[in-house]
Amino acid sequence: MSTGNGRDQATKNPTTVERRSDRELVVTRTFNAPARIVFDAWTKPELLKRWWAPKSMGVSLFSCEVDVRVGGRYRYVFGRDPKQAVAFSGTYTEVTPPSRLVCTQLFEPMRDAGEAIVTATFTERDGKTELVLVQVFPSKEILDGTIASGMEKGMRITYEQLEQLVASMTGSVDGTDAVSPA
Amino acid sequence: MRYILNRMVQYRPAQLDASFAALSDATRRGVLEHLGRGDASITDLAGKFDMTLTGMKKHIGILEQAGLVTSEKVGRVRTCKLGPCRLEQEAAWMTKYQRMWEARFEELDELIDELAKTKKSSR
Repeated sequence: MSTGNGRDQATKNPTTVERRSDRELVVTRTFNAPARIVFDAWTKPELLKRWWAPKSMGVSLFSCEVDVRVGGRYRYVFGRDPKQAVAFSGTYTEVTPPSRLVCTQLFEPMRDAGEAIVTATFTERDGKTELVLVQVFPSKEILDGTIASGMEKGMRITYEQLEQLVASMTGSVDGTDAVSPA
Repeated sequence: MRYILNRMVQYRPAQLDASFAALSDATRRGVLEHLGRGDASITDLAGKFDMTLTGMKKHIGILEQAGLVTSEKVGRVRTCKLGPCRLEQEAAWMTKYQRMWEARFEELDELIDELAKTKKSSR
């Protein structure tokens, strides 16, 4: 049934991600709904289960405990199969519905990395809501390590590839730009 | 490679600047080529490139900043080797990370549409 909800390719809202500083990751996205609805989807377990672990990525949310109040805890258990599940957990430090949420974030398999501080703001304008999600890690090294551990092994760049890269950027390519796309 | 470069410009301009600053000097590119064939001490490198120890230390410092070289001091000798260049690693990770959030948000869009309709019909 076509509902004309405006979510065709041309009007799809883009997701931006950025490493804003050595220690910060920022994700932004606009949603076509008031802040109240987006905030609910972000904080109610029965709603979180519907989107947090996308089917398209083959990951499931096995359990989702959320106690949204200052000092309350949350824990998401997820993975490809229940026997190899991992969890994110933390404590809420600020709860200002529907516009702001701040919590700590521990990735349990990497306890030594400590907790990141996560701030989600929901800003409503003309019936739409802009989400800005900021994750601040304890240090540059810890964020570097988080990224490195998420990479395939053996992704090293050779000196030859670097030289070609510089050559292509400075316009001095001698016609041998035959590096295979990464 | 250009694809990776575009991603880096988008996600991590500061790191890209450091890498390009490091690579923009012929001596430093020469040092990288030399280290590609094997580790070397700063003293060896200074001799090979016919410069003072201080001069070579400065170049090594810039390369270390960009993550292209790592060095370790054992006793009185500081040995340099190629570092795990992060250009490609990080750009590829950012792409994966963005795709993960895009997938989540697509499902969130559908849920939100549903919730918005429910709210309207229950007025």
